[in-house]
Amino acid sequence: MPATVPLRELAFARSGDKGDTSNVAVIPYDEALFDHVASQVTTERVAALFAGLVHGPVRRYELPGIKALNFVMERALGGGVSRTLALDAHGKAYANLVLTLEVDAPPAPEGHGEEHGR
Amino acid sequence: MTAVRIGCGSSYAEDRVEPAAALVEHGELDVLSLDCLAERTLTHAQLRRLADPSTGYDLRLDRLVAEVVTRCLDHGTRFVANLGAANPVGAAERTCELLARLGRSGARVAVVTGDDVLDRLGTFDDGSHATAVSANAYLGAAPIVEALERGADVVIGGRIADASLFLGPLAHAHGWGSDAWDVLAAGQTVGHLLECGTYLTGGNWHDPPVRTVARPWDLGMPFADVEADGTAVLSKLSGTGGLLTVDTCKAQLTYEIGDPSAYLTPDVVVDLTGVRLEQVGPDRVRVSGAAGRPAPATLKVLVGSSEGHLGEAEVSFAGLGAAERAQAAAELVRCRLEQSGVVPDELRVDRVGVDASYGPATPPPAVEPFEVRLRVAARSGDRSTVDQVLAEVDALYMYGPAGAGGVRRDVRPVLGLDTCFVPRDEVHPTVTVLEVA
Repeated sequence: MPATVPLRELAFARSGDKGDTSNVAVIPYDEALFDHVASQVTTERVAALFAGLVHGPVRRYELPGIKALNFVMERALGGGVSRTLALDAHGKAYANLVLTLEVDAPPAPEGHGEEHGR
Repeated sequence: MTAVRIGCGSSYAEDRVEPAAALVEHGELDVLSLDCLAERTLTHAQLRRLADPSTGYDLRLDRLVAEVVTRCLDHGTRFVANLGAANPVGAAERTCELLARLGRSGARVAVVTGDDVLDRLGTFDDGSHATAVSANAYLGAAPIVEALERGADVVIGGRIADASLFLGPLAHAHGWGSDAWDVLAAGQTVGHLLECGTYLTGGNWHDPPVRTVARPWDLGMPFADVEADGTAVLSKLSGTGGLLTVDTCKAQLTYEIGDPSAYLTPDVVVDLTGVRLEQVGPDRVRVSGAAGRPAPATLKVLVGSSEGHLGEAEVSFAGLGAAERAQAAAELVRCRLEQSGVVPDELRVDRVGVDASYGPATPPPAVEPFEVRLRVAARSGDRSTVDQVLAEVDALYMYGPAGAGGVRRDVRPVLGLDTCFVPRDEVHPTVTVLEVA
């Protein structure tokens, strides 16, 4: 087993926009891996990943009922969808940037992506 | 009261009409709600209305009436939509006119107005929007409840909040009080899950090999069977493509939210942290556990101000050294703009295929791209400034690095949107019921 894996193998993500704020939810496929993913995908790592692209604070919230993390990033969308010069005005692709994070491989063998192509 | 079946017929202003028609035809729905607005699309509608005051409603209106509203009338399904966009009255009148032509005399069309607060913006704004050309408050479920109580078959509004389009009919059918916070929160949660249509059923999902979607060309729209206590089972028509799983529901539940313990809506503050999802069958997910707190004292208002024009121009480079030639072209354009004193309010240069999506946060490329598209975008209050920027990209045909080809240019007006909050008693939604002649 490799020491690290791309987050994409353990979790999925979706990004949304409200004004100049982007949110990216990170959700492990296997709910048992929530604590592991939460320990790896920290606010600091996400803020560093988006450095230069996001100009405001990054906050992390948890949804314990569905085992999800939600990152809320301000001043993230070039002024918002109505005026941004960005090609991807909504930041739909921001979720995919988070999934590039290299994270420690999970402690147990379950949770690898190939189980999830249903 | 037995469960109420409510479906989603639209998730944005240009959504397909056929899946909505199919859902009404085969879904045995009590209600079809259609979310037709977002920040971007409300902006476009406002710009159309500014150009021609008789327009500004959903561009699909004629088709929706012919193919969806008529089916709703045939099946006894109530039709609720914010397709009025920037001109709900115009949309309702057009709907009545079309229904009359289609022989639907006696059908009742309610129009919800009052979201347009531009004329009173100065009374609650800090003065920073003196040049505003539009101001729309997010209305909640109450006017929909009123319209349905008054016998409306069709309810058309403007900036009614997305999920409230679903909460309104549920509150009406189940008799939920306007301070029954937990069930209102449950209804908003169901509305939030449904409002983005195919985001729940396999759209924005296919990512092989980790996730695959069956027959993605035939995704169905979702619907929910909602009990009086607010618990619901989400589903989609059998025979449609895609999937509806706990995971697709998780992705949609978290879409466009901030603090999940305080998801603000016009009707209730929703705590999503206790929401639970359970797969109860193929493409069937049960949702429960939302909690509610009293509605916010203020309503959100989207204020639009004219900010001039936005232009973009693109040009391709391909083959060996494509990225380097695109970079050289970008520098050439910058030098030309400096030389000629052209200074837009904002200028952006992307290399599509290299860094357009993530800008300075882009990881270094693993391999040299074989094809790169240079994109230059500019915004200015002065249209000619934008045109001059784009002309410099066009000139790369003759003055640029080797192999510059495929220039495309586009300029459009910008209605910049900002948010402010107004005391909710300053906003007065009004329901008018029209009867088709």
